Amino acid sequence: MSGKLMDVTINLNGKKVAAEVAPDMSLLAFVRDHGCKSVKCACETTNCGLCTVWLDGRAVLSCAVPMARANGHAVTTLEGLQEQSADFARCMAEEGAEQCGFCSPGLIMNVLAMEREIRERAEAAGEQAYMPTDADMDSYLAGNLCRCTGYTSQRRAIRRYMASRFESAPAPEGAWAGTIVSGEGE
Amino acid sequence: MLRFGRYVRAANVEDALEVLRFRKGAQVMGGGMWMRLSDRTVPCVIDLSDCGLDKIEETEDEYRIGAYVTLRDLECAADFNYRTGNVLNAAVHDIVGVQFRQLATVGGSVFGRFGFSDVICALLALDSEVELVGAGRVPLATFIDMPYELDVLTHVIVKKHDYLASYQCLRKAATDFSTINVCAARWDGTWHVAVGSRPAKARLLAGEALGVSSAEPTADEIARAVEAVRGLAYSSNMWGSERYRRHLAGALTARSIVQAAHYASTEAYQAALAACTREEAIR
Amino acid sequence: MSMIVTRESERENLTHVGSRAVKRDAAALLSGKPLFTNDLAPADVLSVKILHSPHAFARIRDIDTSRAEKVPGVVAVYTYRDVPDRRFTLAGQSYPEASPYDRLILDRTVRYVGDEVAIVAAENDDAAARALKLIKVDYEVMEPVLDFTKAKNNPIVIHTEDNYHVNGAWINNDRMHNVVASGLSEHGDLDTAFAQADIVVDETYHTLADNQGMMETFRSFAELDAYGRITVTSSTQVPFHVRRMVANALDIPQSRVRVIKPRIGGGFGAKQSGCNEIFCAFVTYKTGRPSKIVYTREETFSSSNSRHEMRMHVRLGAKNDGTIVAIDLYTLSNQGAYGEHGPTTVGLSGHKSLPLYNRALASRFAFDVVYSNTMPAGAYRGYGATQGLFAVESAVNELADRLGMDPCELRLKNLVQEGERLAQYDDNVLYSCGVSACLERAMEMIGWKDKPLRRDLGDRVRALGCALSMQGSAIARIDIGSVDLRLEETGFYTLSIGATDMGTGCDTILAQFAAEALRCDTDRIVVHGVDTDVSPFDTGSYASASTYLTGMAVVKAAEKLIAELRRRAAGFMGVDAADVLFDGDELLAFEPGVLDIDGVEADRPEFTDIDDDIDAIARSYRVAQEAPDAEPVARMALAELANKLVAGGDGDCLTAHAAASSPTSPPPFMSGIAEVDVDKATGKVTVVDYVSVVDCGTVVNENLARVQAEGGIGQGIGMALTEDVQYSDRGRMRTRSFMSYKVPTRLDVPNIRVEFAPSYEPTGPFGAKSIGEVVINTPSPAIASAVAHATGNYVRTLPITPEKALFGE
Repeated sequence: MSGKLMDVTINLNGKKVAAEVAPDMSLLAFVRDHGCKSVKCACETTNCGLCTVWLDGRAVLSCAVPMARANGHAVTTLEGLQEQSADFARCMAEEGAEQCGFCSPGLIMNVLAMEREIRERAEAAGEQAYMPTDADMDSYLAGNLCRCTGYTSQRRAIRRYMASRFESAPAPEGAWAGTIVSGEGE
Repeated sequence: MLRFGRYVRAANVEDALEVLRFRKGAQVMGGGMWMRLSDRTVPCVIDLSDCGLDKIEETEDEYRIGAYVTLRDLECAADFNYRTGNVLNAAVHDIVGVQFRQLATVGGSVFGRFGFSDVICALLALDSEVELVGAGRVPLATFIDMPYELDVLTHVIVKKHDYLASYQCLRKAATDFSTINVCAARWDGTWHVAVGSRPAKARLLAGEALGVSSAEPTADEIARAVEAVRGLAYSSNMWGSERYRRHLAGALTARSIVQAAHYASTEAYQAALAACTREEAIR
Repeated sequence: MSMIVTRESERENLTHVGSRAVKRDAAALLSGKPLFTNDLAPADVLSVKILHSPHAFARIRDIDTSRAEKVPGVVAVYTYRDVPDRRFTLAGQSYPEASPYDRLILDRTVRYVGDEVAIVAAENDDAAARALKLIKVDYEVMEPVLDFTKAKNNPIVIHTEDNYHVNGAWINNDRMHNVVASGLSEHGDLDTAFAQADIVVDETYHTLADNQGMMETFRSFAELDAYGRITVTSSTQVPFHVRRMVANALDIPQSRVRVIKPRIGGGFGAKQSGCNEIFCAFVTYKTGRPSKIVYTREETFSSSNSRHEMRMHVRLGAKNDGTIVAIDLYTLSNQGAYGEHGPTTVGLSGHKSLPLYNRALASRFAFDVVYSNTMPAGAYRGYGATQGLFAVESAVNELADRLGMDPCELRLKNLVQEGERLAQYDDNVLYSCGVSACLERAMEMIGWKDKPLRRDLGDRVRALGCALSMQGSAIARIDIGSVDLRLEETGFYTLSIGATDMGTGCDTILAQFAAEALRCDTDRIVVHGVDTDVSPFDTGSYASASTYLTGMAVVKAAEKLIAELRRRAAGFMGVDAADVLFDGDELLAFEPGVLDIDGVEADRPEFTDIDDDIDAIARSYRVAQEAPDAEPVARMALAELANKLVAGGDGDCLTAHAAASSPTSPPPFMSGIAEVDVDKATGKVTVVDYVSVVDCGTVVNENLARVQAEGGIGQGIGMALTEDVQYSDRGRMRTRSFMSYKVPTRLDVPNIRVEFAPSYEPTGPFGAKSIGEVVINTPSPAIASAVAHATGNYVRTLPITPEKALFGE
């Protein structure tokens, strides 16, 4: 138990929330205490991704953020992204990709973070944002474990959603413009 | 669960060092990712968030990576990675996940001097130093063997060279710890090979100890490097046996040198590849 | 035992069965609503934590809780002295359970590292955690049995307690020799059959105690209701069995216990054993206060249950032309410290593998299940079949390689066919079987005929491997599913079920069955979660039972309800019920004789050993199906009827109840072909393609069936390649977190390609069989064979680590 309590204030889903807490309290425990039950704990070792929230707009593991560090920052959970997440949620539901649904909020938070980051990076570089490859998306989302789906239905949902948000990347110059079939790698 | 006795947010690194020296059991917290796994109370946790250590700065002859730069920032630092053979991107991009790397810091990875560290392995093959508030600048190779003194790491410095480099590792499962990691880099006319996850701390071989000197190493030269690397100490744990690690270290050394080198002709490249083929246990 | 039998000719007319209905809870789950156990717990619950044994085998000499009790906020600390001395099992099975009664809530003897030593209840987590550290236990440490292959007849006996109890002699329990169960089933003359063999594959295979790894760890909370009864809300697959476990553990009548199941974050069999419900129930029973227990991931790994580790010795005899003539399988199953699911899982290792090669002249299956001082095993998707199929399918693959035959062609030569009587499957007749079609289609999907088994790609080798799988659909004659179906005001329906949706979508599937039978949109069917006080009895969601068995109960209940609707509407309209047709929206009365149906008997299928009430289902289904051309003489809207029935006077709310149980357990089948790359220098195995074709009978919901298949294969890939359970020399599990126990990430799993080859199971609802478990069984043998083709190394002990692939075992 921490010796001292400290006053913290965070902006949680657009609302100012102040409390006196132990500085070592995890952001995960804090947001759950403040009604954000979508944020789940499924490991104690920062491996699963179920507790993903946005800290100042970037996806982080809330289990690994002590309140002393979250203090003064903006925190977003799925409760605060109900409208923004609706389209992706529909893609997931139509594939049956939520299954038990326990890991879904963490995945949704990271998929939306990925979408946002692609846009921001392109903007910063003054370029157009394009649809990422399957391999890039898998790599970005590798920290979100799921035991139900074998990931394949999630990929279908994520691909469909991202394709609705981004133009497909133009084929590299000189490349054959037809469908690129991946998988053989030879 | 990790508990904080006290929590101190240092205004600057000098203050942090003072607290560290005068409060018994005080520790600087990086990303806290490893620290939080222990079930204990740290009497005093020092946070450097306000010390401006979260930037990668570029000077004429070096990159200064702040201790609080996250692994994700390091991974995405396009210019830095471009100039250093992309080895740090390759080393970190399979570590757990983006949400983890958004919190884990370069300083935490380096200061911990963990044997499994992918970051240290990659940095070690480059011309890297660390900057400490007390001890000043110290070559990374020296630092990893120093005892855990009360000091505050503020920067990791990578000096600019025309690097040729390649990072290779074997993870039993994606995002797992490396069973072995190897980084080969040629700079200043010399080859450097770092081998980590032995599982003990990474070791660096260079120059004569490595046995590779030419810019376009031949299969025979690479074979000498493989032999040199196999001469290091290895042991067994859950991620691999001593025998397997020794084999892997050699095999990945051959691959990383061939990958890193720029061969002028396809013939030379193909000839060098024979060194990799020699390491294949499956025919 | 009555049985509904449906017809294949009806399948093409189905509307809701076969649709891709979105899961009913999808929107709530995907918006992160508080639906899970820990989201629902009251704010002021006591925090319950457990002290676990650090020793594999020890007796508690003394235990001092005085310092722990003094921690501010601690309400109570309980030890073995405080609990009832009546043994029970945590296996979620029908009474009388096959698993021995070998547990207490807390025992003076601890039998594995992780066994429960004390229970702390405190006002908050911190206080409970601090108290745990202050409990002083004086252990008399004993020599453990850690190697299960040395457990049988070992001088060290793990269960010597007086009040150990076995429900059924058929398990052949011999606990004084550490034997939980043993058995033998023989068919034909084995020696004569082996004498005809030109070649015998004689190998031993070993699978580990894999962790189910559901994302939601074990958790439950208990409170007293207005009547002083203990209400447990639990993340469980078996609410009715948990009610019995809690009552047994506390030694109170079952009538004093109520169990509620909210949404569950995955189960995969782990939650077919009670795990921590007894602890919070005990605390609430003692203190009268609500209490909650949430297991950490570490506890979920090391203090719960896992797959049964099995070592299987296979002798497979064949002729030079590939004809399999004899199979001999001996399974040794590691039960761990307590007997949950021991006598039953082991059976599937033979009964769900040998029938694939039912034409062998002779087969023998013998087994022993032994106690050891490791974590207890329990249920995990596949339930023994996974282990047995790894052994038998691997042996068949090795046979093909030794004969230089194509492993698929060898199988097609030997496979079981529809209509055969399965010697190693209780002599059941196989009414539906698409296993050959599954294999042939998978071969087409991957381009089997155009690819060699091994191709050199420079620094890696690409190779193919195949395997087949079967499972059951519910436990014949033991499982029961029942439902209540009620017509409500305005004409919607409430479907109460006792089957537990654990994320698999059975609530949706069962609503689809109801909608199909009642000819309405699924929106008009309301489905309840499970509450043992109000839901009809169901043995639970395991043994691949929900779709097949509870689905059958739904169809039966719908038929009963339709009959009632027609009867009541006939009364209101003043006609004969036989002349009333229900088309889903309206009840239509016709002139007498218009609705007479001919030919029901004509295409009646013939069944052996199955009682059926085919007439009832067939007739009323057809009544609903085909409206005659004639004009009705009277009509009544369903809403009008419903409103009349809830009104006074002639009202009588209509409820239909039905239960289903099955004399047979029809097997679903599946094929799997893995294409892998093996790195020549590192041995790293990458699955680059996986194709699979499933025969689950009629596909009720293609999306959900596909995700079941993809998910099962994903788990199977983990079992095959990365999930490596390890113990220290002193019996401490070393793989206690996701950091060391590697469940696959999305980078470890390729795009899994699944198709269906639906046969028609006449005993299933609308032809459906099960799918939940059969899907996990093919990856291990298929990938092992592909790796063998790539490297020449036959890895017979899972998982196939890069090191084993490279160097061999």
